[in-house]
Amino acid sequence: MYRIVKKQVLNPQVVLMEIEAPAVAAKCQPGQFTVLRVNEQGERIPLTVADFDREKGTVTIIFQIVGKTTMLLADQEEGGFITDFVGPLGRASELEGLKKVAVIGGGLGCAIAYPQAKALHEMGAEVDVVAGFRDKDLIILQDEMKAACTNYYLMTDDGSAGEHGFVTNKLESLLKAGNQYDVVIAIGPMIMMKFVCAVTKPFNQKTIVSMNTIMVDGTGMCGCCRLTVGGETKFACVDGPDFDGHLVDFEEAMRRSKMYLDQEKAAIEEYKKSHECNLMKGVK
Amino acid sequence: MAKANMTPTKQPMPEQDPMVRRNNLKEVALGYTEEMAVEEATRCIGCKNKPCVEGCPVLVDIPAFIELVKERKFKEAYLTIVATNSLPAVCGRVCPQETQCEAKCVRGAKGEPVAIGRLERFCADWYMSNIEEEFEKPVSNGHKVAVIGAGPAGLTCAGDLAKLGYQVTMFEAFHLAGGVLMYGIPEFRLPKAIVQKEIKGLIQLGVEIKTNMVAGKVATIDELFEQGYEAIFLGTGAGLPMFMNIPGENYNGVFSANEYLTRVNLMKCYADGFDTPIFKAKKVAVVGGGNVAMDAARCAQRMGADEVYIVYRRSEVELPARVEEVHHAKEEGIIFKLLCNPVKVNADEKGWVKSMDCIEMELGEPDASGRRRPIPKPGSDFTIDVDAVIMALGTNPNPLLRSVTPALQTNKWGCIVADEKTGLTSIEGVYAGGDAVTGAATVILAMGAGKDAAAAMDKYIQSKAK
Ligand SMILES: Cc1cc2nc3c(=O)[nH]c(=O)nc-3n(C[C@H](O)[C@H](O)[C@H](O)COP(=O)(O)OP(=O)(O)OC[C@H]3O[C@@H](n4cnc5c(N)ncnc54)[C@H](O)[C@@H]3O)c2cc1C
Ligand SMILES: Cc1cc2nc3c(=O)[nH]c(=O)nc-3n(C[C@H](O)[C@H](O)[C@H](O)COP(=O)(O)OP(=O)(O)OC[C@H]3O[C@@H](n4cnc5c(N)ncnc54)[C@H](O)[C@@H]3O)c2cc1C
Ligand code: SF4
Ligand code: SF4
Ligand code: FES
Repeated sequence: MYRIVKKQVLNPQVVLMEIEAPAVAAKCQPGQFTVLRVNEQGERIPLTVADFDREKGTVTIIFQIVGKTTMLLADQEEGGFITDFVGPLGRASELEGLKKVAVIGGGLGCAIAYPQAKALHEMGAEVDVVAGFRDKDLIILQDEMKAACTNYYLMTDDGSAGEHGFVTNKLESLLKAGNQYDVVIAIGPMIMMKFVCAVTKPFNQKTIVSMNTIMVDGTGMCGCCRLTVGGETKFACVDGPDFDGHLVDFEEAMRRSKMYLDQEKAAIEEYKKSHECNLMKGVK
Repeated sequence: MAKANMTPTKQPMPEQDPMVRRNNLKEVALGYTEEMAVEEATRCIGCKNKPCVEGCPVLVDIPAFIELVKERKFKEAYLTIVATNSLPAVCGRVCPQETQCEAKCVRGAKGEPVAIGRLERFCADWYMSNIEEEFEKPVSNGHKVAVIGAGPAGLTCAGDLAKLGYQVTMFEAFHLAGGVLMYGIPEFRLPKAIVQKEIKGLIQLGVEIKTNMVAGKVATIDELFEQGYEAIFLGTGAGLPMFMNIPGENYNGVFSANEYLTRVNLMKCYADGFDTPIFKAKKVAVVGGGNVAMDAARCAQRMGADEVYIVYRRSEVELPARVEEVHHAKEEGIIFKLLCNPVKVNADEKGWVKSMDCIEMELGEPDASGRRRPIPKPGSDFTIDVDAVIMALGTNPNPLLRSVTPALQTNKWGCIVADEKTGLTSIEGVYAGGDAVTGAATVILAMGAGKDAAAAMDKYIQSKAK
């Protein structure tokens, strides 16, 4: 059992939890993830290591409430326990030697990108962060990100905060202005990462994306996380989750992520019926 | 000795009716009653030279235990088996007896061999339901060892070392111990309660099982030595699924058998209250002919498919699965497409599987494995309509641990190189056994390797301690 040391609601859809897991905390690196189960009957879901404290032996996860398991997790209280927490899984991001980097975070992707921005900033790299959200109420980690970068650009789809527009608009103007990055790191919904790659491609700008495929074990034994990268089949959990975005077959990856859509919808409805989820109040 | 029972056939095994069981996950073979077991035992003529024992990888004293069954000394019979085989309830159910012990039984020359596996299972089940066993924690000898992977190889190794007084810590990547016995082999063939009971026994012996620990990720081999473990056993199995590399393999609806079976067995997707989803398919093709393929096909049927095909490129005699599983699968209505190989998976415009193109095969000259090589028959292409394809083509050892352990020697298939007798690897103090060394094999061979390694690890630590 793994204790929930801290729980914080970042916005109506996003929750932060600090989990006591000393073995994971001792070894994890930016870019790696964990797989957890909330209870004995729960599904195994992957969540990125958003932060860690080696001394306290804790790992921070930040997750968006999108379905049954994330709802159930959000309903757990501070001081409570979750059944399983495995990690650190996947390859750590390759940050060594990077001097100038753009980090593009879409919505919750900002949480996944945060440890990388922070590590790069601590290494002395120049870090441009472009953070995008649907509207001002969904903004997360603004202060943290600002403290972990050189330039912070905030975008909202409706213009309710920061600049009006998508992250791709800002990235394009940065590239057009002559900025050249050792690498652009894009993390967010697959569709966003796909468009970021479309923007960077003409500039021949190396772009790394973080592929959030469906997973079961997270150790390379089931193959359900497979995707095509540069014409080859790769397992996101062991070969990734970071890949060269210009080589990823996004159409296939987006299609595969819908494998269980009908059942996921049914599970959400059932859960909502049987539980009064406080966090979901006011959320579509 | 009483006159032997010369009936040419085995005492039949009571089984759930095929048309009923194809809709449930309860055990298919129900087990002998005491009377049936005694009756079957009288078919054994107690051969002096014990040919059957030679066929058993762990040398169970078969005539001795069968003689005790005849005398209704079931407890003693069980104890005779466990002297060399620590998981008889499992082996009695899943060993390929027809190529091992029963293959060598003299009664097989005329009629069927003695039902050694069924008798072994009977003794184990009888013992479990009649004797409340409590293991005493052995006196500690002060030495610490680590076992990585809690499949049959690791469990056997851990049990033997614990009995010798070692303080054993097991590291298992999944949230439950048992390896393939938990995530691969389905409930209807091997009830999970049996596996868990064996694991409880280990815990009573003082073995500490740390689940959710992926060795190589949370700790490397070197770090485990630094933590004070004096010897390490690697029983990490062969969990990496193979695909065919044919077009369409990544369409929605194509799964590895590992994924499909894990969702069914370990994650219990079928049970009320469990959250893991499973793909509901109506027509399923399972590619492969081993136990894994049979299990996947029979699970798919139990998950609600109307039509399930086994697509295998060789002929019936080459099917690597246990004979009993093939028989059961046929009884349950699984359709066998033999001498047939997939060439392409087709999908609808949204990328969901709708059919699979296959080609007929014929058998040519024997290949390196000694089996006749299948060759495609030109122009024999045909298509089967399916909405899911499950690839059960075999597995290789997972590269995860060896990728962070450069000193660990492996062969070109990624199998750990280990001494055949002791399991010693290329690193001092590190032993290995089971599927991680041999590639996908059998439960009993994995157990045998765990046992040999335990003995060698004991010798190694004791000689160092002097
Ligand atoms: C390496 C990796 C790191 C991730 N890190 C984070 C993170 O830090 N924070 C976060 O909020 N989310 C993260 N995700 C996504 C997260 O795992 C899913 O949101 C979660 O599994 C949804 O579970 P659910 O039961 O609540 O929703 P479901 O009802 O199962 O699904 C809702 C939506 O989530 C997608 N989804 C379902 N199962 C999975 C799965 N196993 N993996 C990925 N997507 C899935 C579905 O396509 C669907 O669109 C990560 C995914 C991966 C692969
Ligand atoms: C579906 C199926 C049906 C089968 N049917 C039969 C049958 O009828 N009869 C028969 O004799 N054999 C059968 N087999 C084969 C048999 O199950 C295997 O040969 C046997 O389980 C091998 O045992 P093992 O201990 O070597 O490995 P496994 O049982 O594979 O166990 C390895 C364990 O190590 C863990 N592990 C792996 N890497 C790490 C790591 N880095 N850190 C921590 N833990 C790790 C895994 O999670 C797993 O629990 C079947 C196999 C399958 C898949
Ligand atoms: S362990 Fe397997 S091979 Fe040996 S006697 Fe028992 S069933 Fe036969
Ligand atoms: S070979 Fe057959 S008949 Fe002879 S002892 Fe073994 S089981 Fe009995
Ligand atoms: S999640 Fe199973 S192989 Fe990647």
